Amino acid sequence: MSDSEEPQQKTVIGIAFGNSNSSIAFTSPDGKAEVIANEEGDRQIPSVLSYVGDEEYHGAQAKSHLVRNPKNTIAYFRDFLGKSFADIDPTNAHSSAHPIQHETGVAFSVEEKADAEPSTLTVSEITTRHIRRLQESAADFLGKKIDGCVITVPTDFSEAQRKLLAEASKATGLEVLQIIHEPVASLLAYTAREETSHPVDKTVLVLDIGGTRTDAAVIASRGGMFTLLATQHDYELGGRQFDDVLVDHFSKEFIKKHKTDPRENERSLAKLKLECEATKKTLSLSNSAQISIESLAGGFDFHSTVNKLRYDLLSKKLADQIVGLVESVVKKAGMDLSDINEVILAGGTSHTPKIASRIQQIFPSTTAVQAPATNPNALNPSELSARGAAIQASLIAEFEAEDIEQSTHPAVTVTPHLPKPIGVVIHSPEGDEGKAEDKVYVFLDAETAVPARRTATFIGTQVGGDVLIRIVEAKKESVDITPPKEVKEKATDEDDEDDEDDDEEEEEEKVIKRVTEVEKVIAEALLKDVKKGQKVEVMLNVAGDLTLTITARVVGGKGGVRGTVPGRA
Amino acid sequence: MNVVATKHFLLPAEPEWPHEGGFHILENLSEPTHRNLEPVGPHYLAHARRKRHRRTFSEDDRIVAAQQAKNVEDADPGEISEPEDAMLLSRDPKDWKNQDHYAVLGISKYRWKATDEQIKRAHRKKVLKHHPDKKAAAGGVDDDNFFKCIQKAMEILTDPVKRRQYDSVDESADVDPPSRKAKGNIYKLWNPVFDSEGRFSKKKPVPRFGDDKSTKAEVEEFYNFWYNFDSWRTFEYLDEDVPDDNENRDQKRHVERKNKAARAKRKTEDTARLRKVVDDALAMDVRLQKFRKEEKLQKDAKKIAREAEEKRLAEEAKKKAEEDARRKEEEEAALKASKADAKKAKEAAKNAAKKNKRVLRKGAEDANYFHADGAAPPDVITNVLADVELLITKLDNEELDVVAKKLAGLKVSDEIKSVLADSIRGTVSKGTATEGDFKVLLK
Repeated sequence: MSDSEEPQQKTVIGIAFGNSNSSIAFTSPDGKAEVIANEEGDRQIPSVLSYVGDEEYHGAQAKSHLVRNPKNTIAYFRDFLGKSFADIDPTNAHSSAHPIQHETGVAFSVEEKADAEPSTLTVSEITTRHIRRLQESAADFLGKKIDGCVITVPTDFSEAQRKLLAEASKATGLEVLQIIHEPVASLLAYTAREETSHPVDKTVLVLDIGGTRTDAAVIASRGGMFTLLATQHDYELGGRQFDDVLVDHFSKEFIKKHKTDPRENERSLAKLKLECEATKKTLSLSNSAQISIESLAGGFDFHSTVNKLRYDLLSKKLADQIVGLVESVVKKAGMDLSDINEVILAGGTSHTPKIASRIQQIFPSTTAVQAPATNPNALNPSELSARGAAIQASLIAEFEAEDIEQSTHPAVTVTPHLPKPIGVVIHSPEGDEGKAEDKVYVFLDAETAVPARRTATFIGTQVGGDVLIRIVEAKKESVDITPPKEVKEKATDEDDEDDEDDDEEEEEEKVIKRVTEVEKVIAEALLKDVKKGQKVEVMLNVAGDLTLTITARVVGGKGGVRGTVPGRA
Repeated sequence: MNVVATKHFLLPAEPEWPHEGGFHILENLSEPTHRNLEPVGPHYLAHARRKRHRRTFSEDDRIVAAQQAKNVEDADPGEISEPEDAMLLSRDPKDWKNQDHYAVLGISKYRWKATDEQIKRAHRKKVLKHHPDKKAAAGGVDDDNFFKCIQKAMEILTDPVKRRQYDSVDESADVDPPSRKAKGNIYKLWNPVFDSEGRFSKKKPVPRFGDDKSTKAEVEEFYNFWYNFDSWRTFEYLDEDVPDDNENRDQKRHVERKNKAARAKRKTEDTARLRKVVDDALAMDVRLQKFRKEEKLQKDAKKIAREAEEKRLAEEAKKKAEEDARRKEEEEAALKASKADAKKAKEAAKNAAKKNKRVLRKGAEDANYFHADGAAPPDVITNVLADVELLITKLDNEELDVVAKKLAGLKVSDEIKSVLADSIRGTVSKGTATEGDFKVLLK
């Protein structure tokens, strides 16, 4: 029966519309998101359009025209959408068609047709053309007409920009079901992979290192619902800066050999940049990479190799900046690094192993860093947004436009969040009060959107008898659990040479542990006659007006205790 | 909702529980912060659903679960239940050719309109009721005759080719056309007829007879369709049984030929019958008369309009001609009158001029041709007369008149001479003559 309904299903895709690259994804019938390759086999389709003669080139083909025909090649236009000419940073478009002022917005002037006057194309128009090509690729791949899409945008995209984007897409006949935030889409791509009906509560940092910019976002994932806690952007840090590091490196090498600076000639620079990008990508996978460019400058060919260590050294400064960005966004969210349970690396540059390992270093080992270099099961960072968008698209494909409108309305999205974790006091094992252990089992973490409910079972008591269930608001505290110093000094004596290093380590070795402590007792419940070894199930339910209901019962037993703390309404 | 199993122990209760009941409230929860949820992911959508419909967790769980449980059973519409009469039940299955298959399955009100699904369900219902094993168990009579009828009906109705053959000769589905003299609403009379005939059409959809609101184009299309009716109706069902090949080949071929001829004959008859039906309908179709009348009215209206227009134009032309003639007459009369006047005036002027000329000549004569004394010599007379004649020719009638009036009554020769000289100067000053032309009068 269900098979016969499938042909009526809408074909929807997810589009990750990036400043440098875009990708398209769809959800297969078994619910897995897959990224679609375009006609040339690219899954990362450069957001570039080039006009040569009467032809329009798109994607990788257009990108190669950055060398031969930069004036008629439009790249890095996404961030110009919906902005006034005064507000844009044209640096990225330096080696392609230059943005010009057009009425209130930004446009490009290119020779669209051979033997014709250059025409002025607004950013909206270019976006429309770009999306049309993406849509055509998807339709060709799926063999079906595309009915709708979900597009991802950075968190700093304004309402006007979203509107323009939706209009641009509509002009191609592609209905935009929803526009979602890139980091949230990336997170969704990961959470959709976990097949539990009730996802674990966690706080996630999504670090999106794109081609031209880097965005970091702290997201609270509570019961599968996501709340953005803080975002931070760096518009001058991205894959291009990493390319430039290699460009400078190879240029110096070239100057040494041929006394000519390839950076002085625009065409040579474009060639070198293009090749350095490829070399950088190779370095993410292997220990050394070759570069070879015919007739780079002054008629000289250029061949060279670079190893990963050299590249890591050269790009250390950039990696430091990324680490700084991560730290600042966590601070902005009012959290400690150890409060982050998971780090998701997204964006093409996240393939770089050094970045992933640097991120892993600053976080405690309990924090999972999702990047190809640190987790073999990690998803391809370049595809995360598109996958998330595709998953979201498949979820809302059958919704009416009005349904989507209502579901994304602020009246529904704006929700009270718990300011403090709520939990139940637990018995410290061994009765060791001084040890740094959690004193509270947290049911509902801070920043949980209400209404919410959680259930947990406890091993009743060690001895049997009545059980006290004390519901509290908790707080997290850092406790210094650095082992006593004597042990350390012994180690230094043994190894004099590494003295300096050890001193440094000593600073860092100060082990800090975050534990949950009781801050405020809300209520107490008494569960009578629990025999030893019997399990106790406790359910906390917080309503939208912060009415707290607690239900506790012995598993398999009768009765139980139930109580309500009135809300604030 | 899943339950997280922890390895934690709960607190043991203190020996003394100071509060009443098993629950004791100390404080309220802290003030919440309002934040924007990202409208993304399945759990958010569930949240939005709960919030929009104001459901609690357990309500929503129940509603969603109820929705997800798929309704597999289609409700039995109970449409297949016709009473079975005794005649039908006692049919001989060998006589299947004359059996009403639809009635056997209890779907005689649907007939050719019955869908495959309806036939299948009807069959199942009949089988459940009439299965010989069931009958044997219940009453002991080992009678599977009606069951065989059911199976035969099923066999024919589920095979598209056989079903068409049966439908072709299923007279119970025919609706008899009304007689030519039938009175009443022709739409009520004819629509069912054509709806029933339409079942044989290869072309779909079949246009309906329509009603009095049908347009002329619709009606024309209807008759066009029916006069060019393309029917799939065949008459194989009525074929005589062909004897076995091994008995008598000639006999077999004879029967086959006969069957073929019979089929062709029936087909021709059917076509003719249908044609007659359409003819009858056409004859009774008041709409055509109506359309003709309307057309005629329209034509007449046009004609009347055209004639009126012509008449109007003719009248106008006539009026114009009369006007023209009248004006011409008037003009001619005026012209004639003026001509006569002019002639009279001319003659008068001529006479006056003659008289005036005579006065001038007489003046010269009276003045003795301006000779001092005695009879003037002939050469003087000639000169003076020549001058006077010249002056006369130079002067027009009016000037002549003026000069003549001045001369009237003058007797003195010098005065006469000065008058003549003045008029000569007048003509010279006008430029019609020069002083040298005149020989004596200016001296």
